[in-house]
Amino acid sequence: MEMKPAGQYIYSDIELDREEGQVIADLKAKSLEPIPDPDQWLEEELQQNILLTTVDALINWGRRSSLWPAICFPACCAFELIAANGPRFDLSRFGMEIMRASPRQADLMITAGTLTWKMAPNVRRIYHQMAEPKWVIAMGACAISGGIFASAEYAVVPGYNRIIPVDVYVPGCPPRPEALIYGIQMLQKKIARRKNIDMRKMLER
Amino acid sequence: MAVRTEPFVLNMGPVHPSTHGVFRMRVTLDGEVVVDIEPVFGYLHRGIEKLAEQRTYAGIIPLTDRLDYISSMNNNFAYCLAVEKLAGIKVPERAEYIRVIISELQRIAALLIAVGAFLNDCGAFFTPFLYMFRERERIVDLFEMVSGQRLTYNYLRAGGVSQDLPEEFLPALRKFMDMMPRFMDEYDRLLQQNEILIARAKGVGILPAEQAINCSISGPVLRASGVKWDIRKDDPYSIYDRFDFDVPTQPAGDCYDRYRQRVEEMRQSLRIIEQAMKQIPSGPVRAEVPHLIHPPVGEAYGRIECPKGELGFYLVSDNSIAPYRCHIRPPSLINLTALRDMVRGWKVADLIIIFGSIDITVGEIDR
Amino acid sequence: MTVALSGKEVAGKIEEKFPGSVVESGPDNLVVKVDSLLDIARFLKEADGLEFNYLNFVTAVDYYDHFAVAYRLSSLKHNHSLTVKARCYDRENPALPSVTGLWQGADFQEREIYDLFGIRFEGHPNLKRIFLWEGFEGHPLRKDFI
Repeated sequence: MEMKPAGQYIYSDIELDREEGQVIADLKAKSLEPIPDPDQWLEEELQQNILLTTVDALINWGRRSSLWPAICFPACCAFELIAANGPRFDLSRFGMEIMRASPRQADLMITAGTLTWKMAPNVRRIYHQMAEPKWVIAMGACAISGGIFASAEYAVVPGYNRIIPVDVYVPGCPPRPEALIYGIQMLQKKIARRKNIDMRKMLER
Repeated sequence: MAVRTEPFVLNMGPVHPSTHGVFRMRVTLDGEVVVDIEPVFGYLHRGIEKLAEQRTYAGIIPLTDRLDYISSMNNNFAYCLAVEKLAGIKVPERAEYIRVIISELQRIAALLIAVGAFLNDCGAFFTPFLYMFRERERIVDLFEMVSGQRLTYNYLRAGGVSQDLPEEFLPALRKFMDMMPRFMDEYDRLLQQNEILIARAKGVGILPAEQAINCSISGPVLRASGVKWDIRKDDPYSIYDRFDFDVPTQPAGDCYDRYRQRVEEMRQSLRIIEQAMKQIPSGPVRAEVPHLIHPPVGEAYGRIECPKGELGFYLVSDNSIAPYRCHIRPPSLINLTALRDMVRGWKVADLIIIFGSIDITVGEIDR
Repeated sequence: MTVALSGKEVAGKIEEKFPGSVVESGPDNLVVKVDSLLDIARFLKEADGLEFNYLNFVTAVDYYDHFAVAYRLSSLKHNHSLTVKARCYDRENPALPSVTGLWQGADFQEREIYDLFGIRFEGHPNLKRIFLWEGFEGHPLRKDFI
């Protein structure tokens, strides 16, 4: 196939761009309110004071000890995330050294960086591609509320919880690797309380 | 029998492990040969230039940290130079030396990441990257000493730096300077004659000098094409005219040369730091600058040689406490202009390493 | 050291070749007429003794009644620099000739100005939005953007 000279793009399809723009506009119109954090079940459980079964404990131990994060590194916080993975902080001590390029192999999303409306449909798609059960850690001020860029409303999403439910928030701009590791430990505690088998339903049966 | 192929379009990114962030390319392929690419930007557009118009001159410094987040100190430096030019502020001697030391350390840190990420793209998955991170952590420790932060330092101010170096800084820097040449030799031993690296990178993605100039390429990419142009030498800012250092260039302008260029530049940075450490005087570190700066009506362009190229801030003042317009010249964005011509005719796997050898940061492209 | 050429001096040279094309000239910049911008740019790039072969940046500033588009040029050969400006008074549909044919480095920057200020560059090979998506209303860096 012959090469076009500089300045003549073969592929410059404005239709695809319009389609992308439409998806962004739709998502923007739909995401006016933050999605509530998925931890109501925690409270309910504590109120009813139901003990977890040993099966639950075993499943949760397995799940929390090998969290595989998906790659979603839009901005600055990514470097603290890599540093946490790096030789000094060594995240693999907590059973999560493997970064997965494919979301289908991951069960944790660490959202390291500012989210813009143009990026939002892609992040939501990555989240939907991850297999259940899945968790999200919002890392850094931008991921929590838009942070320093929140006043550029036309471009920046004020927090990841507008488009995906967030389990743990780690503040900082950017958070230190220690803070991230602490956030992951908090998530592991949260997973440990998760009820996989509903005892009441089983007893009723 | 001739095999007929049809062009098809491959979408790469915005979430892809080797696009260094959220960069996207629409690649038109014929078989495995790249026929055309169209970069798509904007997945990290945070409106920094718009936000800068609403902030005071001092309040913009934290925003500049987040432009090219792996060389924050250099961004601060370029911005402070522009403000000093605009308002006519004179910087004390000691502060100038601190700036040079900090800026060159940051250059080493950023070039380490650039080299590590390039080798990562070549297929040495994460091993060289972790080597480079080992040394980067030492530099980050030094920065943490002076500014209290690990990534977004916010250390420089118009008219100096925010605070003096702590007394343990220079001994710690001495220790680092004694170690670093040994690490550099280690990289050379591992990489310079590495057969896989040479096979992947030599002769790939050649950028001729004339085209590099025409495309406004700057920094190591320009010098790797054989153009001897370094703002530290040709338009010396701060006190760079007092130091003795070379501007290395490479002959061929291919991916391997760009990698070699970065390694050579790290050695020159070490030379500058060595001299600055010997000459650093004592004294104040910050000029008497009012809290709210009111520069006279006018415009100024302050530029530095940052690890990616020419980083400049073009400020227009209307004599208020905020700039009327703050334009950032992003070397990452402009260096990508030639990408299309560099990759056409190469295979998809070469596209990745040619793109990696340009070394971009998406925070700076999209701003 | 990069020498900032005097705008007046260069304006004199331009006036010799293209009379009446310079609007005003100051110590470090000069403002030229929009319709002769491309000719002047070619002259600055090719004339002996000037040879501005390197385009540092292109940007625009919104002054409410007009847009000023600034081209910062330098010469790597002679190591001098100059800022050339053009003013665009039409606010509804501002347009300028594109300099991508002379300096390819202007490619993405002109798209950026088109995206954020809404200034059209006639003759640009791929003029469409660069940072914001298709369908976005308004141009954020204009002063009256809400």
